[in-house]
Amino acid sequence: MKFVDEFRDPAAARALVKSITRLAADDEFKFMEVCGGHTHTIYRHGLEHILPPGIELVHGPGCPVCVIPMGRVDDAMWLAEQPDIIFTTFGDMMRVPGSKGSLLDAKARGADVRFVYSPLDALKVALDNPTKHVVFFAVGFETTAPSSAVTLVRAKQLGVQNFSMFCNHVTIIPPIRAILESPDLRLSGFLGPGHVSTVIGTRPYRFVPQVYRKPLVVAGFEPLDILATVHMLLQQIRDGRCEVENQYGRVVREEGNLQALKLLAETMELRPHFEWRGLGFISQSALKINDAYADFDAEERFSMPGIRVADPKACQCGEVLKGVLKPWECKVFGTACTPETPIGTCMVSPEGACAAYYNFGRMHREAANMIGETAGV
Amino acid sequence: MCLGIPGQVVAMTDVEQYLAKVAVNGVQRVISVRLLADQSVEPGDWVLVHVGFAMSKIDEREAQLTLDQVRKMGADYVNEIDAFNSSEIV
Ligand code: SF4
Repeated sequence: MKFVDEFRDPAAARALVKSITRLAADDEFKFMEVCGGHTHTIYRHGLEHILPPGIELVHGPGCPVCVIPMGRVDDAMWLAEQPDIIFTTFGDMMRVPGSKGSLLDAKARGADVRFVYSPLDALKVALDNPTKHVVFFAVGFETTAPSSAVTLVRAKQLGVQNFSMFCNHVTIIPPIRAILESPDLRLSGFLGPGHVSTVIGTRPYRFVPQVYRKPLVVAGFEPLDILATVHMLLQQIRDGRCEVENQYGRVVREEGNLQALKLLAETMELRPHFEWRGLGFISQSALKINDAYADFDAEERFSMPGIRVADPKACQCGEVLKGVLKPWECKVFGTACTPETPIGTCMVSPEGACAAYYNFGRMHREAANMIGETAGV
Repeated sequence: MCLGIPGQVVAMTDVEQYLAKVAVNGVQRVISVRLLADQSVEPGDWVLVHVGFAMSKIDEREAQLTLDQVRKMGADYVNEIDAFNSSEIV
C-alpha cells in the first residue's frame, strides 16, 4: 500500500483501505468530490493511488476561483482601471486571467489593486482612504458569502459612502444539480463539501439521494476523512441505502450556521441566472446584493461593460470542472498552462484541480508508476 | 482561499461588534465572531477561521488535527498565514 505511511494514523488508513478494497470488490465506482479543498488533499496525498483501481475520484466545480467566467474578470479589471478606485481582492483572484490579462497586469499598468485577507480589511481600506472609492471583489461559495454579508451590514452601520462590492458569490446546490442533469457523467455518489456545509448544513443535499438516487457524504479535509468518506459511500451502496450522511460531524451540523444564513438573507438575494466557467448559465446559482444594500453594490454604482467573453480555445477548464477531463488530459496542461502562466482558472488557485495536480499529483503518479514497474505489476 | 485555519480565542476586544483577538500559529489578529453570535465564544475556545471570520467552534483535538493537516500543505499554509498576518481588522 503505497504512501500510507505518511498518514497521521497509518494503521487506521491501512484498515480503511483494506475494507474499501473488500467493499469495492471488482466493481467500478466514480465518486465526485465537489470541493476544491478535497481535490487538493487527494492529490497532495496521492489518494488516487492508494484506493483500489476500480474507484475513480472525479473533481467537481467547487473551487470558487475556478468557476469565475472571463467576462466577470474583465468587469473587475474595468472597475480597477477607473479613476480614483482602489480595487481590493483575495490573493488568489489576482492571477485569474481575463481576456486582457489579470488583475496583476492591471496593477502593473498602474491601477491601484490591493490584496486583502478579509472583506473587513477592504472596508478598513475605504475608511483609511476617504477620497477614493474602494471596491471589494467578492467571490466564494456559501463558506465565504456570510463574511461579505457581515461586511455589508457593518458598512451600512458606519454610513460608509466610498465602499462597494462586486458580488460574485455562488451557491453550491445548483451546479451539483446541473452535473446530475448532464448526460456526460455517470457518478456513483458524492463527497459533499465540508466548509460550505458548516454554513448550509446537510439538509439541502437531500434531493441528491431522493431525486437522483445517489448517496452523498459530507467529508472533512484530512486524508483519513476522504478514505472514511469513500468507505461510507461504498457501505451505503452495498447496504442498498441511499442517503445524505455526515462524516465531518465534528465541524458540520445538520442545520448549518443559522446566524450566517440569516445575515445572507438580510443582505443578498438569488440572481435569476449566472454564468459559470465551463458549465454555462445556471439559474438561481449566484447571489446579488439586495435592494436594502444597493448603495454598496458595485454593479448598481458603476455601469460595467458586462460583456460575455468566451473561454480561450485552448482552455479546457470547463471539461475539468465537470469532471469529464482529468487535468493532464488538457492539451495545454504543463506546457502553455502552468501555475506561473495560467491560461485557465483551474491552474490558479491551489484548490484548482490543475494546480493541485501540477504541484503534487504528478509526483505521486510518477512514483506510483515506478513502484508499479519495480514490483512488476 | 477556502482554507479554514484553527485559531484560539485570546480575548473579546469589542463585544458589541463581535470582534475577538485570536491566535493563529502564534500570531494574534482581530477577527469577527459575528457568525457565531448565537453561541457563546470565550477566551480559550478554538474556532475555524476563514477570511477573518470564525466559521464554527471546534474542539481542541479537531484544532490540532486541522493544524497538522494545514501545516502539511506547505506553501499554501504559509500563504494563508501571511494573509492572516497582513490583516488589519480593528
Ligand atoms: S491545463 Fe490550464 S487550460 Fe487546461 S484545463 Fe487546466 S487550467 Fe484549464
